[in-house]
Amino acid sequence: MTFVICLRLRPWLPLLKSKNNFKIMGGFFKSSIGRKVAMALSAFFLMFFLLQHLVINMLSVISPDAFNEVSHFMGTNPLVQFALQPVLIFAVVFHFVMGFVLELKNKKANGVSYAKNNGGANSTWMSRNMIYSGLVVLAFIVLHFIDFWIPEINTKYIVGDMTGLHNGEFRYYHELVEKFHSPLRVGAYVISFILLGLHLAHGFTSAFQSMGATAGRKKNLQLIGKAYSIIVPLGFIIIALFHHLTHNH
Amino acid sequence: MNLTLKIWRQKDSNAKGQMVDYKVTDISEHMSFLEMMDVLNEQLVNSGEEPVAFDHDCREGICGMCSMYINGEAHGPDRGITTCQLHMRMFKDGDTITIEPFRAAAFPVIKDLVVDRTSFERIQQAGGYISVNTSGNTQDANSIPISKHAADEAMDAATCIGCGACVATCKNSSAMLFVGAKVSQYALLPQGQVEAADRVQNMVAQMDLEGFGNCTNTGACEVECPKGISLDNIARMNRELMKATIK
Repeated sequence: MTFVICLRLRPWLPLLKSKNNFKIMGGFFKSSIGRKVAMALSAFFLMFFLLQHLVINMLSVISPDAFNEVSHFMGTNPLVQFALQPVLIFAVVFHFVMGFVLELKNKKANGVSYAKNNGGANSTWMSRNMIYSGLVVLAFIVLHFIDFWIPEINTKYIVGDMTGLHNGEFRYYHELVEKFHSPLRVGAYVISFILLGLHLAHGFTSAFQSMGATAGRKKNLQLIGKAYSIIVPLGFIIIALFHHLTHNH
Repeated sequence: MNLTLKIWRQKDSNAKGQMVDYKVTDISEHMSFLEMMDVLNEQLVNSGEEPVAFDHDCREGICGMCSMYINGEAHGPDRGITTCQLHMRMFKDGDTITIEPFRAAAFPVIKDLVVDRTSFERIQQAGGYISVNTSGNTQDANSIPISKHAADEAMDAATCIGCGACVATCKNSSAMLFVGAKVSQYALLPQGQVEAADRVQNMVAQMDLEGFGNCTNTGACEVECPKGISLDNIARMNRELMKATIK
């Protein structure tokens, strides 16, 4: 009886009982593993985005009319514009900001660097240089924002022209072809997508591993990862070269 | 064989260290790496110099004490071994061998090639145990059925000797292979279930507190691990942490 009363008089006692530093330190998403999981989740979204982007852009090679139709839908559909687009922007910004944060934290964890370090003996170049391949992709995204996103937002939401028309025709295909006139831009495009391929070659399976999938190490998933990291960037490169070579008069 | 050694010398934890060149001659290819170090130290003592301090204990490849970063790899160029099991036949006459301590902010150098790995002990103390009665009335080991598969995987995880090669090798100085192995060896067994959630949370919290880096799945740790601990253990730890958080 006295014991029970003692317990009631000391309300902090249950706190002592559940001695859990993890919660005190801020919980899951403050922890190193939580941040890995967050990186992987944003990566999954970005990889899905890339795939649908490739499919739509491929239409420009197959059928300009179909490309115009789909582009108009994606550019004006409220669900895509006001739900998916903000998620995409958040995912891009989050993925690179968190990538930097983790890179800095990891550098700090290194302490003194080795006089001789043979990283090639135990890991791939791609896995050790995600920050550099990521930076090239980031530079490309900046270019893409200036090239495509800012003018698009300007036309649709500032000028207020939601018709998607230019001289009575859909403008999307014409704008796309125009972008690939300059060999400089096509060159930058090709280099960026090669680096994206290297980023994905490690990133695809890495994201699954971070989410706790041991399957990331099994043959099938590795094969899918390899196929994805080659097919997607190569697809974008083919589109760029196709329009550069067929319309460059 | 005759060799040139480039060795990290550091007087104490506060001193600024540097690489120093030494020459050793008539090294037998049958010697272990530590025996070669013994020859060097004998030479240094005879000439009135301070011998090179390095960690070692069992010299049978099971204690995990020896810790050297040799020619850019933890425990040297061979696979599945600790430094004491590395033999001089892996090198050629006239070679230059670079020998450094395991590097990580959480593994400060005590002297020369000796590093402080007590951060691993503190992670283990944070949750790497089960609370059972050991006062004499312990249960018969076979009274709890455990599948062969789970028993094997738990045993594989438990073979981790805590040498720290994973941290030394990792470009991020991450301790996740070590912590993953320690979490897994209990997570796979029924005896580990009672404290499973607190265990993984507290061990991860301690790992973060010690200043270890973040895993980026390069897989370098499992290649350099003398006991072949698999990356699957890191994935299992991630799953355990997610499970503990959702609970």
